[in-house]
Amino acid sequence: MILQELTLIKGAVLSAFFILIISLFLAFSRLVRGPVLPDRIVALDLIVSLAVGLIAGYTILTEQSIFLNTAVVLALIAFLGTVAFALYLERRWL
Amino acid sequence: MIREWICAILLVSGALFMFVAALGVVRFPDLFTRMHTATKSASFGSVLMLCAVAVYFGNAWVIFETILVIFFIFLTTPVGAHMIGRVAYLLGTPLWEGTVIDELQDRYHIRKRVLESGPHDPATQAENKSKMDTT
Repeated sequence: MILQELTLIKGAVLSAFFILIISLFLAFSRLVRGPVLPDRIVALDLIVSLAVGLIAGYTILTEQSIFLNTAVVLALIAFLGTVAFALYLERRWL
Repeated sequence: MIREWICAILLVSGALFMFVAALGVVRFPDLFTRMHTATKSASFGSVLMLCAVAVYFGNAWVIFETILVIFFIFLTTPVGAHMIGRVAYLLGTPLWEGTVIDELQDRYHIRKRVLESGPHDPATQAENKSKMDTT
């Protein structure tokens, strides 16, 4: 349905999706085998940045600008999660 | 037509920046170098992709919302990275063996939470080491 006529912009979005999904797998591998806990937090932060990029691409692909609200919320939630993990580590071990 | 080309170039270059960030997170040897690539390159890539959205739609509300997200990203990413890096250094995360200089070494007093200037203090070093061993 989306792919019935492959315009320039849809091709660009799909190639960006391809690159971003490879990046998601790389970040997930760091999340799984990170040696220390801050490594995993960094990987989670990167995964959320990649998700913001995916949402931007999806907004263009479906031409529904309402999806951009999700990016706003996700950017805020990522910051809250990072700060919460950092404070947890500090209170727990120091 | 020219707008579509700008949008496509912004999208693909933003995705490439994010790919570079993920590659650095996998390949770099150290938490702090990983953090450097994960914060800077990834936030720049997401900003490029959001700019592509603003160029594609081009109406006022979408542009305002995009500027809002970019503002949030540039406001929150350095703060979060600073908190992670600080707590990782305090937890004694090992540095890469090729690290040239570590200016905080033996100068941060963990229990008193004081950063001292001046020459290295062996007492602080011993106390920090015993604190690290207990964790």
